[in-house]
Amino acid sequence: MTDERPLIELERKIAGGDFQSAGDVSSELKRILQQVGFPPPFSRRVVIAAYEAEMNVVIHAWRGIFRAWIFPNRVHIEVDDEGPGIPDLELAFQEGYSTAPPHIREMGFGAGYGLSNMKKCSDRLEIDTRVGEGTKVIMDFFLNPS
Amino acid sequence: MTLREVKEILEAEVLACEDLLDREPRSACGSDLLSDVLAFTKEQSLLLTGLTNPQVIRTAEMSDLIGVVFVRGKRPEPATVELAVMKKIPLLATRLPMYEACGRLYMRGLKGCSEVE
Repeated sequence: MTDERPLIELERKIAGGDFQSAGDVSSELKRILQQVGFPPPFSRRVVIAAYEAEMNVVIHAWRGIFRAWIFPNRVHIEVDDEGPGIPDLELAFQEGYSTAPPHIREMGFGAGYGLSNMKKCSDRLEIDTRVGEGTKVIMDFFLNPS
Repeated sequence: MTLREVKEILEAEVLACEDLLDREPRSACGSDLLSDVLAFTKEQSLLLTGLTNPQVIRTAEMSDLIGVVFVRGKRPEPATVELAVMKKIPLLATRLPMYEACGRLYMRGLKGCSEVE
């Protein structure tokens, strides 16, 4: 992070297993990005990645904190959860690999594209995970990636 | 093709946002996997699905989809319809199975997501 001041900072809690509210944070982020006036294709990739990260907390973790810093030319997102962590990150990035339980698959999730889709949508993705403790996802999105 | 034409072609019923049927999808996607929709669908697309939970609408919202068709006679939960009304996402329901619903729209010229830039 630099000294540059964000236009807007957003911090919201995410509850693990709460499918009723799942997506509320990403929806709020989408509204803010639209109000700031980002072009729709940019907002779309930020929001899809945010939603994947939010759903990962709801599906896999016990609780999490979603933070977004919105600057004029970029968005920085950090999603920090308390949860089981990811034992094999390389495997988790493989498209089609998923540890989601059957009830999640019945909802249409857990096809194993979450992490790879977050990587595709963001300009920088970093994952710090500790088994038995939790996972932190850090993503950057640049309006004009150089 | 407008959503109103989609309704006629699929002999569908409108479950939400009848006032938004003038929208024209640029492409369409048929899937029962929301993960796939998030990863592979283009903006301004129409989604055909057998899933009926509220996360379908969330996925449509995040992916900038312009409408959802429930196939094979599936009916959404009331919470799904409520969310769609709130998010202004038109919902249609057809008795046709997925393959036939997609086939009818494709034959009439509605492209798949990989065919639009």
